[in-house]
Amino acid sequence: MTEAVASSPAHGRGTGRVLRDLVRRPRSAFGLTVIVTMLAAAIFAPWIMPYDPNDQMFDGLSLEGAPLPPSAEFWLGTDLLGRDLFSRLILGAQTSLIIGVLANGIAVVLGATVGITAGYFGGWIGGILMRFTDLMMAFPALLLAIVLAAIFKPSLLIVAMVIAMVNWVQMARVIYTETRSLAQREFIEVQRAMGSSTFRILGRHILPHLVYSIIVFGTLGISTTVLLEATLSYLGVGVQPPTPSWGNIIFENQTYFATAPWLVFFPGLAIVLLALAFNLLGDVLRDTLDPRLKGRH
Amino acid sequence: MWAYVIRRLGESLLILLGISLVTFALLYLVPADPARQIAGRSATAETVANIRAQLGLDQPFHVQYVRYLGNLLQGDLGRSYLQRTEVSELIAARMPATLLLMGAAIVVELILGLTIGAIAALKRNSAVDQSLMVFSFVTISAPQFVVGILLLYVFAVQLGWFPIGGYGTFAHLVLPAITIGLLGTGWYSRMMRSSMIDVLAQDYVRTARAKGLGKLRIILRHVAPNAILPVIAMIGIDIGLFMSGIVVVESVFGWPGIGQLAWQAIQRVDIPIIMGVTLVSACFIVLGNLLADLIAPLVDPRIKLK
Repeated sequence: MTEAVASSPAHGRGTGRVLRDLVRRPRSAFGLTVIVTMLAAAIFAPWIMPYDPNDQMFDGLSLEGAPLPPSAEFWLGTDLLGRDLFSRLILGAQTSLIIGVLANGIAVVLGATVGITAGYFGGWIGGILMRFTDLMMAFPALLLAIVLAAIFKPSLLIVAMVIAMVNWVQMARVIYTETRSLAQREFIEVQRAMGSSTFRILGRHILPHLVYSIIVFGTLGISTTVLLEATLSYLGVGVQPPTPSWGNIIFENQTYFATAPWLVFFPGLAIVLLALAFNLLGDVLRDTLDPRLKGRH
Repeated sequence: MWAYVIRRLGESLLILLGISLVTFALLYLVPADPARQIAGRSATAETVANIRAQLGLDQPFHVQYVRYLGNLLQGDLGRSYLQRTEVSELIAARMPATLLLMGAAIVVELILGLTIGAIAALKRNSAVDQSLMVFSFVTISAPQFVVGILLLYVFAVQLGWFPIGGYGTFAHLVLPAITIGLLGTGWYSRMMRSSMIDVLAQDYVRTARAKGLGKLRIILRHVAPNAILPVIAMIGIDIGLFMSGIVVVESVFGWPGIGQLAWQAIQRVDIPIIMGVTLVSACFIVLGNLLADLIAPLVDPRIKLK
């Protein structure tokens, strides 16, 4: 019984209580609202989009051929090809969320695996893995991502992989530190002495303790991922047109920003809102899930 | 102390060696053929093969890498494929602009970050604190190209206070420095806030209050200096953040630094330049981390040297 308590902190606080906390606090409530709204927009995109996002409409441009400002007909205006910006932003939410979740998922799995392996086994495997992590930390992340994206002609999957290759490092370091201190604790030594298999110790006794950190840094990581995707797409080496992404919408239209600022403002706002939402949610999760993590960066 | 410094220096060199290897390996894999690019589209296969042999691109990976490393040790970063200039010269010519931007950005983020963090800590849990912290979250959630373009739109296009990109005068420097500085502001203000809160809870602050010292005097003489030190120690780490931002910000503002150089090189697959800038940026990051590690124990003697 004591063993179960000691090794499964997740039982200590109900998921229901955490959820209630998240809804009650204004910052996380705001974050959740934004995330749920954008998720809904992405899922139900075909039914919500007022126009075909790739349709270069004849009446989507002024007589002089300039993009139209927001109006009752085109809520957020049109882009330089006469396409409805609102429809493209909704489809862009799909892109951002798919890449955000996919890239961050890969990064979390990769980072956690490296961190746990290095932290639990230590020795020369741990040494090599952590030196490699140090090396990746010293890489100018964006430059690395740009080079990678330029090498492999970007598709959605490639962009996600590139971002994951850059973003797993943070998670690896956090998990490494925690696993290493866990591995030296008494209850793990007891398990070893009792002859539990390594696999069982890792799965039943180490991993449950890491769940909080994985959730917190996984949530914060989505924000980083969304920003990186937007930046790569803005530079033209991320998601490729005609697939809309908030970053490449700005990339395509930026020459018009002086006369048609809505083409930068609305996609920019969408990026900031989504990244902010995950940052706020992650921050509140850090406070509610584990008081020990408070104030750490 | 010296043993620690030397060990950290050694580690830094190893990391730089690793970075040169990874960068080289990555660019070795680039499908674009630089020889074909130099020769032009109409060149015959023979010309292309000649250029390839001339550049040593037909050699196996390890031979190319060892030669590259040998040149590096002599400070030779190679020659640009397309500009027919030494990469080290190109980088050196653009370094002043990047360093200027870095210096200005650090000034911006320290002033804004420390002030915001201090105010938030003094008004802890008030509406002011809440809004300042939300602001700091917004600054770390906003991609720099969006911030840059919006600042350009409002302050250059609409208000006309600053030029629309370019380089030369102080006015050119303001917007890019703010764009980069805002990201750091978010981090610094959060660190400063928690650092201030720690210091405010210390016994010596209570003693100072008990002595009847004025509030402002306590904050300026006893709280602020102690709270700022650990935050200042982070500047080294911050350089890494900066190096990631310059590619985007320099492109948005047409700032002629090494970030713009790298961006132009990436578009033309000018590999020696990309490698050069990556290595130079990595040097900055490694140096920054080293600095942070060396400063930390000076600032806080409780930190033991490992």
